[in-house]
Order: sequence, then C-alpha cells, then structure tokens
Amino acid sequence: MSNYFEIKDLKINFETSEGIKNVININELDLHKGETFGIVGESGSGKSVLAMSILRILPSPPAFIKSGKIMFKGKNLLELKEKEIQKIRGKEISMIFQDPRSTLNPVFTVGQQIINVIRYNKFLTKKDAEKEALRMIKLVKLPDAKNTLHKYPNELSGGERQRIIIAIALSCGAELLIADEPTRNLDVTIQAGILKLINELKEELEITVLFIANNVNLVFIVSGRVAVLYKGKIIEIGTSQEIREEPIHPYTRGLLGIVSPAEREIKNLTEANLKEGIKAENSICPFFYECEERIEICKKISPTLTKVNNGHWVSCHRVIDREVDNESTSISH
Amino acid sequence: MSKKSNYYNILIKRRLETLKEYLYLLKQNKLTFAALIIILFLIIIAIIAPIIVPFPSHIYGAVNPQDKLLSPSWTYLFGTDEMGRDLFSRVLYGTRISLLGSLIAVAMGLLIGVPLGLMAGFYGGFIDEFVMRIVDMFLSFPPLLLAMAIAAFLGPSLQNAIIALIVSWWPWYTRLIRGQVVSIKEREFVRAAHAIGTPSWQIMYKHILPNCISPVIVQASMDLGGIILTLAALSFLGLGAQAPIPEWGLIVNTSRTYFLKAWWYGIFPGMAIFIAVLCFNLLGDGLREVLDPKTKKY
Amino acid sequence: MNQPALVIKNLKKYFPVYSGFPPRVKNWIKAVDGVTLNIKKVETLGIVGESGCGKSTLVNTILRLEKPTSGEVILEGKDIFHLNKREMSRLRKEIQIVFQDPFWSLNPRWLIKDIVGEPLRVHFNLSLGEILSKVEKLLGMVGIPKTALYKYPHEFSGGERQRIAIARALALEPNFVILDEPTSSIDVFSQNQILKLLKKLKEEFNLTYILISHDLSVVKSMADKIAIMYLGKVVEYGPAKKVFESPAHPYTNALFKAIPDANTKDINSIIALEGEVPSAINIPSGCRFHTRCPVAREICHKEEPPVIKLSEEHEAVCFLLKKGERGESLL
Repeated sequence: MSNYFEIKDLKINFETSEGIKNVININELDLHKGETFGIVGESGSGKSVLAMSILRILPSPPAFIKSGKIMFKGKNLLELKEKEIQKIRGKEISMIFQDPRSTLNPVFTVGQQIINVIRYNKFLTKKDAEKEALRMIKLVKLPDAKNTLHKYPNELSGGERQRIIIAIALSCGAELLIADEPTRNLDVTIQAGILKLINELKEELEITVLFIANNVNLVFIVSGRVAVLYKGKIIEIGTSQEIREEPIHPYTRGLLGIVSPAEREIKNLTEANLKEGIKAENSICPFFYECEERIEICKKISPTLTKVNNGHWVSCHRVIDREVDNESTSISH
Repeated sequence: MSKKSNYYNILIKRRLETLKEYLYLLKQNKLTFAALIIILFLIIIAIIAPIIVPFPSHIYGAVNPQDKLLSPSWTYLFGTDEMGRDLFSRVLYGTRISLLGSLIAVAMGLLIGVPLGLMAGFYGGFIDEFVMRIVDMFLSFPPLLLAMAIAAFLGPSLQNAIIALIVSWWPWYTRLIRGQVVSIKEREFVRAAHAIGTPSWQIMYKHILPNCISPVIVQASMDLGGIILTLAALSFLGLGAQAPIPEWGLIVNTSRTYFLKAWWYGIFPGMAIFIAVLCFNLLGDGLREVLDPKTKKY
Repeated sequence: MNQPALVIKNLKKYFPVYSGFPPRVKNWIKAVDGVTLNIKKVETLGIVGESGCGKSTLVNTILRLEKPTSGEVILEGKDIFHLNKREMSRLRKEIQIVFQDPFWSLNPRWLIKDIVGEPLRVHFNLSLGEILSKVEKLLGMVGIPKTALYKYPHEFSGGERQRIAIARALALEPNFVILDEPTSSIDVFSQNQILKLLKKLKEEFNLTYILISHDLSVVKSMADKIAIMYLGKVVEYGPAKKVFESPAHPYTNALFKAIPDANTKDINSIIALEGEVPSAINIPSGCRFHTRCPVAREICHKEEPPVIKLSEEHEAVCFLLKKGERGESLL
C-alpha cells in the first residue's frame, strides 16, 4: 500500500464496432516514491491506455473509465475537474511518448517549444525562461546547448529529439515521469544512451519513473519492480530480480524465451482465437488460449493475484494450486 | 459441386456481405439515408418520366395559348408557363435531363481524370510533371468561361455545355488520385507486387486503385450535385440548354421575365435543383464517413 | 556443392540529391557503398545493422527493384542486371521476399485467395480450380485453415498475416527468400511460431535465406553466417556463432553490448555509443566508424581500413585487427 501513487480497481472499456471491450482491469498497482517501476506489455496489452488514463488524456469516446481510483498524493486523479488535472500535467506528472518525430511540433524551434511549456506553467520572463531552457538542454546532456536552442526538430536526430522531449517533460519540475516506450523507434545504440539518461536523471532529480515497454529485458534492467501486463490485467508483479530468477506465469516465461516443456506444434487456429468478443469479466483466464500449462479450472474462472513470495505476486491457477507458505491467500497485493 | 461454381457461390456471398456492411453503416446516418432514398426516387422518376408525365406533348413544346400562365391547379400541378405548357410535366422530364447530363459529365470526367492521375502518380518524373502542369492549366479555367468559349466556338447547346463541364472537371480527379497514388505506391504490398513480377498496369489498376478510390467516390457523388447546379447555371446564362429543352436552369431563366406575375414558374424548377444538389451533397458526406473508417480497418 | 549461389560484388547504390534551379545533382546519398558477400546454397545469412546502414537498399537492389550504381549481383551464375525478359521472369521465381509489416504487405482490399494466388496468376496459365487448390496447399503449409481463402487481411492477427505473406512468397517455389525483419511487428509468441515455421520450410524446400533483423535473438536462432552493416558497408562477416562469441569489429562489439538480453545484469552493463549515425551524404573520411569508435586511432581518420581475414570465414574491416607475422597487433 503506498500513499504516494496507487491505482485501485481500475476498469477501462472501449466501444468498438464489435461491442464493448474491456481493455484494462487492474485491481491494485502502487508506486513508491523515488523508484523506477516497469510495466512490460506487448501491443494490445493496454499499456498505453493505462499510461494515458493517469493523465486523463484518453480519447473518450471510444474509451470509458468504468470504475476505479488513481490516487496521487492523496487525490483521486479520476475525480479531478479538468482545470485541476491541467495543473498536474507537466508540473507534477509528466509523460514522454514513443515517437519523437510526431511529439515535437515541426514549425517551432526546440528552444521555443521548451520555453513555451515553461512559460505556460511558471511565471518567468522571456529571458529567465530561456535560461531555464538552456539549463534543461544541458541537463539532458545535449552538446552545444546554445545552438541547439535554435534548431528545428528535423535538424536533430531521433536520439536528440527524444532528449529534447525528456527536457520538456521535466522542465516544470514534474516528480513522476511516465515513459511510454521511449526508445521504441530509436536505434539500439542510441536506445542505450536514452535509458542511461533516464536513470541518471532519476537519481539527480529524485523523481519517480513509470517505465513502460514491450521488451522485457529492457524493462528489467531499468526498473526495480516490474509488473507484467497481459490483455489489461496484471498477471505477475514483483522485483525485477525475483521475476528474472524465478518467472512463474507461463506468459512471463514465454517473454523471457524460456521454452515450456511441451513444445507446441503449429496448429490450425480456432475461430474463437481469431475474434475477441465480449466476454464476461471473470469467466476465463485471459491467457487460456495461448497457455501450454492450462488446466480445467482455467477455462472457468479467471485467476487473481496471489502472493508467492514477499513482493512477488502471480495471477495463475497453478500457483493457487501450489502450496506456498501459509500465506497463500488470494488477496490482491 | 464443381470447384468453379462453388468458388463463385462463396465469392458472391462474400461480396454481398461486404455490401450489407456498407448499407448498414450508411443507414446509421439518418440524413444520409434519407438523401439516398430521395436520390433513388429521383432516378426512378427520371427513368419512367416519359410514361408518367401527364402532358407529354408539353415537354418540348406544344403551344397551348389559352392555358398560359395558369397558377397551380389539379390539372396543372405546377401551373403553366407563358406558352401554356404544363410545368409539372416539364420539371419532371427535366429530372431526366439533369441526372443524365451530370452522370455523363462525371463519368467522362472520371474516365479521363483517373487513368491520368494513376499514371502521373505511379510513374512520377517527367510524366508526372507533364500531366500535372496540364492539370494546373485546366484548373485555371473557370467552368463558366470555358463554357462561354465553347459556346462561342461551337454554338450554345446542352451537349456543348456538358462537354465544357467534362473539360473543367476531369483535372480535379487527376489531382485527387495522384496524391493518393504517390503515398500508396510506397506501401509494401505494392513492392511485393513488383517483386512478384506483376506488370505495371495490373499494379496500378488492381492494387493501387482500389485503395485510393474512396475519396474519388465521395468527390464524384458530390460532384453529381455540383454539375447539376453548374449545368443549370450555364443554361440560366443561355450557354447551355436552349429552348425548348425543359432543363431546370433554362426554365428558371425563362421564369425571370414573369417573376412577379407567376410566382409558381421559377419556384418549382428551383426547388428541384435545390433538392437534387442537397441530396447528392449529403450522400457524398455520408459516404465519406462510411468509406473512411473502412480504410483505417486495423 | 558448396558453390556460392548468390554473389554480390562490390555493389554500390547512390541516390542523387538535387538542389538549385534548374535542379542539378549536388550530392549523393551513398546508401550502399561497396558491399561484397557470398551466400552459399541452403545457408541463412543474417544481416544486422541499424537505421541508415543500407540493408533495405541492399535488399531492394538484389530484388532488382532498384538499379545499382555499380557492382554486380550474380544469382546462380547469371548477372541479374543483364537479363532478357524471359530470364527476368525466371528471376522473379527464384527469389522472393517477406516484408516486415504484416499489415501493409498484404493489399487490404484483396481477399486472401487473390493475395496468395497472385504470383501464380502472373506467371502461370492455370485454371481457376488449379489456382485454388494450390493456394489451399500453400496456406496449409503455413498453418492457415482453408476458410481463410475468402477473408480479408484485417480479419487476421499480425502473426497470421505474416504466415500468409510467407505462403505468398513460397507460391513460386523460389530458392531464395529474403526475410526483411519478419518478426519485428509481431508479439513474442507468434514470433516463436514464425521462426519455427521458417526453419521447417527451409529444411523441407532447401531454401536459402537472407534474414535481416535487429533482434539478435532471432538472428542467433536462425543464421549460419552474419554480416554487420554500418553506413553502407559490411564491417564484419563470419559464422554466426563465432561473431557472437567474439565480435572483432568495435561496432559489432558496441552493438552487441548495447542490447540487453536475459543475462544483462543492470543498466550499467549496457554500453551507449557516443554521437549519432552520420548521414549517408557526408560519410566520414577514412574508416566511416571512426567518429563514434571508442578505440579509434590516428590512422582511422585518414585511411579506409582493409579487410582483415581473422580465420577461414571470419573477416572484419578494422585497422586494429591487423596482426603482424607473430600475431602481434600492428598498432
């Protein structure tokens, strides 16, 4: 339980041409101040929806937050009025996205863009704002800060643009940074630089980072604690060390490339697999169709997060089956 | 069942399914659907006009001086004009002229404009430059001016007005398609077709065209309305249909002189123009909504 | 028996950059700047490189979708840039490609049966029934049920679409298949399935693969030999196992160390390279990697390094690897 940041019973639905689809169903997720928390999820897992819901920038329709709370420093972000949440965006919680090309406005210089954000959120004169912008550019370790101020986004490379975006995100003193696939579109050698930068900034500025990516190894080396997201549900959560040493959920193991004992032949796909329709929320484990270790009960009841170890929780019937200490009760974190 | 007939069965079923989906989407927007119904209604009228018209001889001009300029009555639903002709019959028949005229103009415009746009976009380089400069040239001619020139040259007539409109309209389609083609030809399925060895014309017409036809369909359906309007305008100015053809614009033109005496004269053809153009515009709008999300299908 | 089946000799592809009015050629984008590779039959060559290294252009040129500025590509003894029409059409049947993007590589307006059947319709004069049976068979080979014939691409998941793309690539029974990032846009589980499928098909049909991927685990699991490309040139080439165990070129080393895998301890174990990839218009003098190389020396600025043979089939392009007669480094 954390008083800093906590998501409780969050359910988000999407209106599609095929009916209402449940996209996020998280019982509990919390962040401790100053940590880097990683979320691993592939496309379709709902990770971006989750990120956007925190800052309330989900397009609604088609997305609808059905129920739940997102508590940040004692306030429920989902209940704040638009004016109030605007004060939080940028100043307390900031977000960086995956495509550095489209996040920056091509007709303004990067300096102008940083300055605009600073002046919107703080009352500074033009000169002071410029000084701040310079400071931020140096903070993200871009060489030749003075000249960079006057460059347009298309004059910078992908890695440089992403650094500018990080600068913008942190320019107003945000203490929680949500990084949604920040290195997805970058070359591998550049990616390493950005990851290191985020890590250094976290230490320097003492911020909390929520790091979201689909590459499980990436998330592990950056984060202290990790949650694995599958089809909108958290199926495993724990410290990155724990999960690395002993990944329990079949999906997590698959992500890590650990092949399950029974090799699956390339089988013809069932019609049910091809379409995802409306499903009653708790009728079946979301991973059922792809799971190689499923048992009868997996078809009938969706498992809930169960404690395996101190800090390591898994949502799988096989764990509930096991005998794990005396504390094997099905409480959600 | 032989493989071949089985194949066609399933194919037809599939196509019908797709059509049903489109219709369903169209129905969602009440306005569009209403517009579609009205247009179908107009088409039916246009087809059976010669049969249902109450005074067929009045269409082109039996003169009936004793009944001139009568206000609407049960015999003459829209009243009569200065020559005693039943306006209802003339306006009804005018549907045929307007719809047919605009259909021909749009169809020919597409027939000329689309292949040119495909080639310009696909081949790029010199062909692209050449075609687009010609397009620019033609786009600088206002249809009215062009119609006047053609009228002066060939003499004013309905056919010449339609020719003028075809000449003014085809460049829009070229420009529209070329822009689409340029972006689509970079898509991987086009590269795949090249790698397979598919001949260029097949790539253009079977691969690229189906993917960029939607904006053209939307534009064309709105143009059906626009051409009706421009045709009427040309006739109004005396450059299009000449008497005694019962073209709506021409009737409105003639009604000007009797405007104060016979209120019914210009109103009905005017309303016919209004309804037809409005419905085509609404249909075009609705089609845009229907066709767009389809192309974004993920 | 082990004659190279595909020989690429000093291939160069430059794109002109026009500027001024009237448009004159001011500069050249040197996308591929002298690539030489020998690929043996039934081998899988993995090509690894970041953006701008020229791998896409290389592939396009091999497929004859681009004309080379200079150099040769010899497929089974024939120079592919000097073929007559019939030979050209035969070439298309020899070498096919599976693209990265499973959505846009299939025409979204076409039914699956038309997509997979297209190569057959273009090259052969088959009856409708024959084409349908062949398409069914091809889909069966990749694990897609017959019901797919009359469906559209958007009705399938990424992994399934990729399989359909593979079925299409195999329709003409090619000997060579180029796999351009075949698993990048797919989820992890489908990735494994696709790789298994590709391996099975390779054995069944004696295929030679050219696999382009930035995902090292994919390359590790599939490639016999790998070539590392940087800014239009191959900087290292050799048996996959060897190169992974002991990368010789500094860039290869940096590349491998920048990618986290299951054994990477923490963020301090990955290495970031300074700077960015230079533009292909302004290729650095001497060794093109010297601007970012952590161990660059004076000579690296001035001269282009020679190809150093490290062992039977392992070679790299770097001054630091030059060894004297007694195996000592010459720098």
